[in-house]
Parts: sequence; C-alpha cells; structure tokens
Amino acid sequence: MGKTGAEIIMEALRKEKVEAVFGYPGGAVIDIFDMLFNSDINFYLVRHEQGAAHAADGYARATGKVGVCLATSGPGATNLVTGLATAYMDSIPMVALCGQVPTSMIGNDAFQEADITGITRPVTKHNYLVKNVDELPQVIKEAFYIASSGRPGPVLIDLPKDIQKAVTKVPYPDTIKMRSYQPTYEGHIKQVEKLAQAIKKAKRPVIYAGGGMLISGAHKELLELVDKTNIPVTTTLLGLGCFPETHPLSLKMLGMHGSQFANYAVMETDLLISIGARFDDRVTGKIDEFAPNAKIAHIDIDPSAISKNLTVHIPVVGDAKDVLQKLNKIVEPGDTAEWCETIRKWKEQYPLAYKDDADIIKPQYVVEKIYEVTGGDAIISTEVGQNQMWAAQFFKYTHPRQFLSSGGLGTMGYGFPAAIGAQVAFPDKLVFDIAGDGSFQMNIQELATAVCHELPVKVAILNNGYLGMVRQWQELFYSKRYSGTCLLKEKGCIHNCDEKSCGSTLIPDFVKVAEGYSAVGMRIFKKQDVVPALEEAIKTKRTVVMDFVVAKEENVFPMVPAGASLRQMLSGIS
Amino acid sequence: MKHTVSVLVENKSGVLARVAGLFSGRGFNIDSLTVGETQDPSMSRMTIVVNGDDAVLEQVNKQLNKLIDVVKVQDFKTASFVEAELVVMKLHSNSKTRSEIVQIADIFHGKILDVTDKNIIIEATGTTDKVDSLINLLRPYGIKEMARTGKVALAKG
Repeated sequence: MGKTGAEIIMEALRKEKVEAVFGYPGGAVIDIFDMLFNSDINFYLVRHEQGAAHAADGYARATGKVGVCLATSGPGATNLVTGLATAYMDSIPMVALCGQVPTSMIGNDAFQEADITGITRPVTKHNYLVKNVDELPQVIKEAFYIASSGRPGPVLIDLPKDIQKAVTKVPYPDTIKMRSYQPTYEGHIKQVEKLAQAIKKAKRPVIYAGGGMLISGAHKELLELVDKTNIPVTTTLLGLGCFPETHPLSLKMLGMHGSQFANYAVMETDLLISIGARFDDRVTGKIDEFAPNAKIAHIDIDPSAISKNLTVHIPVVGDAKDVLQKLNKIVEPGDTAEWCETIRKWKEQYPLAYKDDADIIKPQYVVEKIYEVTGGDAIISTEVGQNQMWAAQFFKYTHPRQFLSSGGLGTMGYGFPAAIGAQVAFPDKLVFDIAGDGSFQMNIQELATAVCHELPVKVAILNNGYLGMVRQWQELFYSKRYSGTCLLKEKGCIHNCDEKSCGSTLIPDFVKVAEGYSAVGMRIFKKQDVVPALEEAIKTKRTVVMDFVVAKEENVFPMVPAGASLRQMLSGIS
Repeated sequence: MKHTVSVLVENKSGVLARVAGLFSGRGFNIDSLTVGETQDPSMSRMTIVVNGDDAVLEQVNKQLNKLIDVVKVQDFKTASFVEAELVVMKLHSNSKTRSEIVQIADIFHGKILDVTDKNIIIEATGTTDKVDSLINLLRPYGIKEMARTGKVALAKG
C-alpha cells in the first residue's frame, strides 16, 4: 500500500505543521484540491495568485513560520512570480506548490504549460521539478528545510499532474541532512572578540539592524547589548520592530527617508555594527560616502551579504541571536556618554515632523492617529511608495514582526494580501494595511478573500489621487511634469494640475467598491473625522476600507535624493 | 584578471542553468565553462574561468556557495593547480604547407586526426597559454574551424 503524490503532499503539510494554505485552483492541481476538500488544513481561496503569494508572505512575516501558497500550472504559476520575487528579496520563508502538465507532455507547449522552474530560478532560493513520485517526499522535506533555514527564502515545487496521481511507497522523512547545504549558525568566537574590542574602543558607535534581526528572533539579545553598552540603534525598513522605537537610544529608520538623526549618526559614527542588514542603496545613498569615518562590523548569516557593497572590517558570519549571545557575555561598554548626548540633542533638534493643517487631512496625521488609537498594538502592513514611508516614519514600532512591507522589491499591491495573511495567523489582532490609492488597486480583488473568510482587516487608504512617490520625484527633480502619475487624469487634460481644472470624479469610488464586496466602506474628508472613523473601524469585526482623502501634494521628508550622499538630505520643512 | 574556479555540484537536472543564470544575472563574465561527471556519478565538476577583479571573484565564490546544489567551491587564486585544455583545429593545407604544420603540431605534442588534400585536422592539449601559442603559430596557414573545450583544472597535492 503506497500513497499518491497528492496524499504525500497532504501528509507533508501536516507534518510540517502548516495550518493555512493560500491558493487558487486549476486543471493541473485538481488532485491536490480534491485532497484539501476534507482536510483539516485551512484553505484560503484568493482571487488572483499574486494575492496567494503575498498572503503566504504576510503570514510568514507575522509568524516566522513557512507560508504556503498553491497555484495551477502556466498562468497560475506565472502569477506567483512577483510574490516569489518579493519574498526572495526580503528573505521570507515560503513554499510555493504549483501544478504542471503531465511529465509526458512537458516541453510540448501543452495547454497551460510554462517552464516555471526556469522562470523562477532567479527569484527563488531553490526550486524543484518533480519527475518521479519516489522523489516527492524528500523534495518536500528539503523544500521546507531550505525555505526556513539559514537566510530564508521562497522555494517552489513544480508538480506534474501525473506525479500527483502516481503512487509511491517512499515515506515522508523525519529528518534531513544535505551535503550541499549547511548554513553557518554559530559565529566564530575570534570574530566576536574582535567586535567586542572594537566596541570597547569606540567613541561614537551605532548599531544598524535589519530584517535579519527579526528572522533570527534576536530582539531580546539586542536590547541586552544596548543596555550593556549604550549604543544607539537605527533600523532599516525591514528591521522596524526589532528595537523599540520608544527607547531613548532608538534612532528610528535610516536611509533615503530615514530620520535626520539616524543619518547624521551614521555619517559621524566611528563604529558601525550592521546586524542582519545588507547595505541596500536605499539605506546607504552614495556608497562611497556612507559612514566615511567608521570601522564597519557586519553580522550576517549569509556570507555573500558581507563585503558585497562595501568593505567590511569585522565580518561575523552566523545567526544574529547566537552572535549577540556570545557578544553579550564578553562585551564591555566604551565611553559613549558624550555621543549619546549628541544624539539626544539631534533627536530634539531634528524630530520627524510635518506641517499639520487645520482642515485638510495630512497623511502623516492619519498614521499618527492609527498609532494612538491602537495604542501601538497592531500589525501594520503597507503598500509601496509614500504610504509605506509615512507608515514607517509616524508609527512607533515596538514589537518584532509587527511591520510587514515589501522592502527589497518594492512591490505595489503587497500590503493588502499580506495583511490578509497576517490576519489569518492572528485572527484576534488588529491588522491595518496602510495603503495608497494607487497600490491598493493592484490587489483590490482580495477584498473578496477577506470578506469571504471573515477577516476583519482594516485598510486605510491615504488617497491623494496620485501615484504619490513618483509624483514627488517629478515635483522635485523633473520640473513638476506629472507624467503618468495622476490617477484622476481625464481625456483632454492640459497638465494644469490644480483643484479647479482637475477631474473630481472618484475613480474608483472606494466606498462603493468596498460595499460591492460586502465590506464596510468609509470616506473621510475632515481632520476631525479621522479618529472617530478609526474607532468605528476598529469596533466593527468586518473588513473595512477607509478612504482618507488627504493633502494631494504632500511629500515624504526628510529625503536623500537617489544616488546622493546621506549628507545631502532634504529636510523639507524648515 | 582571469581566475579559475572549480565547482563541485550535485549532478541534478538544471544545475548548469543555475550556475549559468547566476553569472548572467549578477553580471559576471564567463570566459569558459566545462562540466562533466566526477569519480562519484552523483556529482559533477565545473571548471569556470571568470574575468574580474578580486572583489568580483569573492562575490562569485560566495554566490556559487549559496546555490543549494553546489557542494564545494575551490578558488585557484591561492592554491597551485594543474590545468589542461583541448583544442581541435581544421586548417587549410596543401602539399607545400602540410609538413610545416605537422612539425609545429609535433612541437606541441599535437596529434593529426585527419588529412585530406586540402585540409588537416589537429588535436592538441595543454595549458590555456600553450594552446593559445599553438593557435597563434598556426593561424597564418588559415584556420577553417576550431573547437576548444575550455580549461579543466585540479588542485595539486
């Protein structure tokens, strides 16, 4: 008595403790869906496969567990690609299962055939095409192991239809060891000692923590290190939540739209300790002028991240948690009193701020109020663009895995399905998607998913009628030529962008769209209605879309122009 | 700067595409790439000659190591190694030039694979430098077609 491929898949999902699968059916995966019909695994039917991938990603970011999505062959599988690339860039553990035409037809340009392992090779950590059902148990075991270990990432398994039906006697393995894949978790003690010595000597040290901190779950160790050494901490976008932003030594986010005090600190530091971050161009600006006076230490589980973009003086390969535990045992504080005082003054002098308005709703105001109304205890997902940066700047993140955002790939349309994934993982938590009117429309169809599964996600659209971030660049660097960025543009538009001559039709009317999907829709025009609307949204246990009509041409500041040094920061408000 | 990298990989379908895709996707330049089975049929050895400075080579090594199917990467920058490459050349030849060509081939321990009244096919092996000099010496006679295997290499000792 053996098991069919589809049965093996179900067994694997149970043994890997998968509780939720996000997906969409099709001819090449009917056998798997047939198994799901009576299964105890919760299946969430999305309305577009991209939504399935992002929901699995959001689930993974919020929980730390492997997110699982399922799609059919051909277009079903290709629709996953953006979601896989998003997860790959941000090192998110995911397993994507997709159907394939029967093995005998592979290569024949069969109906709904696509070379999905070929297509996804550069955007997955690894992928498999299963051609023999006897290999399937091992392949799935490896996929979950690879996805969740070392520097995590998405793994895709391509499952031809005949493999799902074929029978095998090979059992699902309990353990796994691969000769070609053995991530290094333990940091080398000699390197940790070097880092400890550097910390002792440093006068102006800064910790720069990224998404790897959250993956490693090392936030307690980081707090301990800071308590011992009084080193201020700045985080990347993906690192938000790994260090409480309410802490006096928090510098919030650094980089293109980071706080001025974080960027000043990085430019003045004499020891920059990067933990689980990768010196992305949005963080460093002009790389040659980044942290010019600093010795650079870099803790990362991925050796290829070290010295990729700039030369590292103290590399430590290993898991952040292990390295910080070793470091905390031996580290002695340097004399950072003067430095902390400088930073305190900078924080006072250059706070993150915006010019509020008595009537018009400022987008930053909405984010601040979300923070206040939720008491900071909410999972925040974002779309991409201005909404994402305001969400990063004006909410104070204090918990790991509280902030879900597509950082590396910058995928518009990520936030809403990711919020759905997070809500599935935490049905009782408040989950907000801070959205723009542009990016929300990229996966707006997932309203059906949220409503059908009774997921009370709250979408807060900061609606300015523009693709705001590109419009901002056009305003600042392209003489206000708003090419292709106005979402209200009507036929015959004369590019005279003011309230009077611009179209005022709401396209779409988000309230009606929400209602069309049986969700709650609200439109908020006035500042005084922001808080009551949020309170009402939180009270209802349904999916809510709040359309905040905000200042149209508000910009995200501070801003470091692309390719410029962090010194050339535009503060925007003085 | 040219570097030779020897990569031991799992002998699985798609592994060549993974390695080749890594080079093209990250903008590394391959001069040559050879691949074949090792003494263990479950593994293959790829010998890759890559063009780039030390920083590029470091990234090549790290990125190769990151591929799941890569078992071991050996960079011959520091280790001493032996190398060989095979070339097969079809040259124009007639009764006047034939003996000269054979003489040159002899110096390089080449072999004559085929002779007709108009052509001669020569095979030779050696280091890339040696193969290059043979080609340079024979070029004036007129090379009609040529195939090189690219370098294979093993560490000494």
